[in-house]
Amino acid sequence: MTNSIAELEDADCIFVIGSNTTSSHPLVATRIFRAKQKGAKLIVADPRTIQIATMADIHVRQNLGTDVALLNGIMHVILDRRWHDQDFIDKNTEGFEEIRELLKGYPPEKVSEITGIPADNIVRIAEYYGKAEKASIVYCMGITQHTTGVDNVKSLANLAMLTGNLGRESTGVNPLRGQNNVQGACDMGGLPNVYPAYQPVNMIDIQKKFETAWNARLSDKVGLTVPEMLSGAMDGSVKALYVLGENPMQSDPDSSHVEKALKNVDLLVVQDIFLTPTAQLAHVVLPGTSFAEKDGTFSNTERRVMRVRQAIDPVGDSRPDWKIIQDLSTRFGYEMNYDSPAAIMDEIAALTPSYGGINYDRLEGEGIQWPCPTTDHPGTKFLHKDKIARGKGLFHAIEYRPPAETVDDEYPLWLSTGRVFAHYHTGTMTRNCPTLNSEISEGFLEINPVDADRMGIHQGDEVRMASRRGEITARTVVTDRVKEGSLFMPFHFIESNVNLLTNPAFDPIAKIPELKVCAVRIEKAA
Amino acid sequence: MEYKTVLTTCTHCGCGCSFYLEVLDGDVIGTIPCKTSPVNEGKLCIKGWNVHQFIQSDKRLKRPLLRKDGVLTEVSWDEAMDFTASRLREIKETSGSDSLAFFTSAKVTNEENYLLQKFARAAVGTNSVDHCARL
Ligand code: SF4
Repeated sequence: MTNSIAELEDADCIFVIGSNTTSSHPLVATRIFRAKQKGAKLIVADPRTIQIATMADIHVRQNLGTDVALLNGIMHVILDRRWHDQDFIDKNTEGFEEIRELLKGYPPEKVSEITGIPADNIVRIAEYYGKAEKASIVYCMGITQHTTGVDNVKSLANLAMLTGNLGRESTGVNPLRGQNNVQGACDMGGLPNVYPAYQPVNMIDIQKKFETAWNARLSDKVGLTVPEMLSGAMDGSVKALYVLGENPMQSDPDSSHVEKALKNVDLLVVQDIFLTPTAQLAHVVLPGTSFAEKDGTFSNTERRVMRVRQAIDPVGDSRPDWKIIQDLSTRFGYEMNYDSPAAIMDEIAALTPSYGGINYDRLEGEGIQWPCPTTDHPGTKFLHKDKIARGKGLFHAIEYRPPAETVDDEYPLWLSTGRVFAHYHTGTMTRNCPTLNSEISEGFLEINPVDADRMGIHQGDEVRMASRRGEITARTVVTDRVKEGSLFMPFHFIESNVNLLTNPAFDPIAKIPELKVCAVRIEKAA
Repeated sequence: MEYKTVLTTCTHCGCGCSFYLEVLDGDVIGTIPCKTSPVNEGKLCIKGWNVHQFIQSDKRLKRPLLRKDGVLTEVSWDEAMDFTASRLREIKETSGSDSLAFFTSAKVTNEENYLLQKFARAAVGTNSVDHCARL
């Protein structure tokens, strides 16, 4: 997030797009409700009538994969009515003329045709957001899991810059990170192109710095992303896969392809706390520990680095994951000898400018938000203060592109996937919490009453659902939470694994798969 | 009876709420939300209130497993680690560093993510390190 969770409370307008906030980030939703109590306007753009939509001042249901068109339409109106912030644009941005030209092509009537949203509602959103003094955008996977994911995010940045809603309290473009430590995994260099703190692997002085610190020769060749690793496993160029605490068999699109890939490698090592569907395919399974059995830190969605503390001994003969990795490295021939996670954090701080001032002593208390370059720096509540991080903010003139797969005669229904309030990701942990599993214990398919009627499907019926990639069965929930012609299914439940159907087509830059849109057909199971 | 509470951070979503894990005679029995946390200010959601329930589940993996004659079989740490280290080395030597790839994790700690990417880059010699950030 560019800003902090607590700041949301003081916004005049909050625009939630592609985030089922009450389900996936309940304690962020709390702040949004407080803002609303204080009089903020709440805009929700989501194809489904999710819980937060029922509390919105305006809720619009865009057709799947049409976010760029919607955002361009909103910006068209803002410019047209002069609700933009010319002063901010002049001082802080570049590329305004190009986008102004492009936006001419997105009048509300045309955008209405693409998105299925009435033109009047597009104008109302523009008014609420454009006229607000402090407007915050909150988004999540509904924006990113598209072949146009990067375009979507850039369009949100365009909207914030156009109205000067950046670099001040209670404004900004705020992605809610999906998993608990996805922020930290990225910060720590769990990406194929960068070392910790996003330092590029192919910059020579950075490479030299890490070679000296780590006493090793390092490669300047950008590595493979997850989808590339899986295709490498298929074609034989990737021979060993080491999987730490992830469950691609269930979280990744097109599960049958994933299964083939994982079965094709010479060595699959899985380090996890449960025997997940991925671990079941492994040659070796190394039992790590849960967060309750080790020390460490997580970085939350607002960049706050917080302590995780050991409460009990490791279960059975399991071992803290940091000890497993360090032991493995030493046996491999590269010695690692940290006496504690605190010592690892000291090394991280020395090599990671944004974590430079962080150490375990300072993390007693409420944690520190990076950037925190030095030990006397208090941390950073919101980014881009006074100036935009890359110097000037660049507008990107972006045209709408439809999703990779669209409905046709053979696969006439749209399918989207997501989460439910009681579960987290592939359910490895939450489905093993009896209370949570009894809240919702099986997968379900949401279908609109009109579609259900037409096909003679009733609430609770078992249906067969197929896409170009696979087929599953699921029980239906007949509800107008979903639009006519659209279906929705959560991915937490391996027994009806919706990712057997989803489309692995990915965004060309971010390599995010289009989990939010694919085309399917359904029929009543015999 | 020995009872204690340990302040820590929730593992079930990116909000990062703080709570105290309640431990009674070595068993985790509950959570108490932290009232001074700027993130959750004394609140938790249903996933946080019940997060302790999976920790000591019977289904937890308790010993390393190695596939023998097609079946995952319990082995000692030494056997599992020697096998893994030597197979990784063999594959590096015969097929090159870039034939190995690593999934780091959005669910483990920063320190563990750091170590695994360091292992991949410094010991194995590949930048093929990625995780489910996109999922
Ligand atoms: S208590 Fe709920 S909102 Fe808070 S971190 Fe845990 S899962 Fe997220």
